[in-house]
Amino acid sequence: MKELSLNILDIVQNSIRAKADEILIKINESFANDIYQIKITDNGTGIPQEILQNITDPFVTTRTKRRMGLGLSLLEYHAELTGGGLEINSKAGEGTEVIASFAFKHIDRQPLGDIVGILIIMIAANPGINFIYTHNTDKGEYRFSSKETKEFLEVSTLNEMSLLEEIGWMIGENLKEIEVSGFELRKRNKVVL
Amino acid sequence: MSKITSLADLKKKREELKSGLDIRVKAIDPENVVQVKVAMATCGIASGAKTVMEFFLEQLERRNVAAVVTQTGCMGYCYAEPTIEVKLPGQDPVVFGFVDLKRADQIIEKYIKTGELVDGIIPVNYQTIDLKE
Repeated sequence: MKELSLNILDIVQNSIRAKADEILIKINESFANDIYQIKITDNGTGIPQEILQNITDPFVTTRTKRRMGLGLSLLEYHAELTGGGLEINSKAGEGTEVIASFAFKHIDRQPLGDIVGILIIMIAANPGINFIYTHNTDKGEYRFSSKETKEFLEVSTLNEMSLLEEIGWMIGENLKEIEVSGFELRKRNKVVL
Repeated sequence: MSKITSLADLKKKREELKSGLDIRVKAIDPENVVQVKVAMATCGIASGAKTVMEFFLEQLERRNVAAVVTQTGCMGYCYAEPTIEVKLPGQDPVVFGFVDLKRADQIIEKYIKTGELVDGIIPVNYQTIDLKE
């Protein structure tokens, strides 16, 4: 994983598997306070206490296809490299909260990367889930909710690609506005084979 | 093109577009369209599943293929990531491994459009090492 947004995509996959229908992705970054925090909250099935205790052990997973799980372990590793860490709170039946804390200025903190592309993929592939994305910087806050967008635009689904691309531009412009660090707005529609 | 910075801008732009052409609401019945599932677990993402997923989302719409693209978890073929499962209407699903953009293009042009098989198919009877014991 070269960028934090890929880690986010990975962790969100857990929430999707836990049958969540509302997933919050919250990023708090502050250069002034040397804080970079990613918080992912879902209302899925939650994690039983006995699994929660050693969840970042790569050999702990609830999957049956293979007996290993690297997602949370990797995220914890990346966070610890910068002097931060991972915190997971969960209650069976209520949902889960994953908080990864990094030191903003540490050289091993990866850049955010293509967060807009990740959001587009998640919204396109999971029309039934409300994704709420909040980003806080020293300059301000931006909030996006897929459900509110759907209601505002009066459409039944957002998974039409041309519409999602426009939504992507909109999110990108807003992230630039609050000077989000290390994010890239990839040129879409230009596929080189 | 003016910048879109708020939902109101977005709505305005959509309405301008709508007056120009008739945007039909696609009622998608998953049984009658091509279904593409991209494996998006840690193994898949680390091998580039994101780029493959973006490719299918964009290109299937651009090439006028009625399809539903979704993401799935690990299918157990971590060695062959990125993997995708394609289900043509009325047929059994086929899993393709080592899908880069070139192969993704072949899958759309050959398998999805004409039904011709391309390289990289993971046989149905393949079992993970655990199951073989």
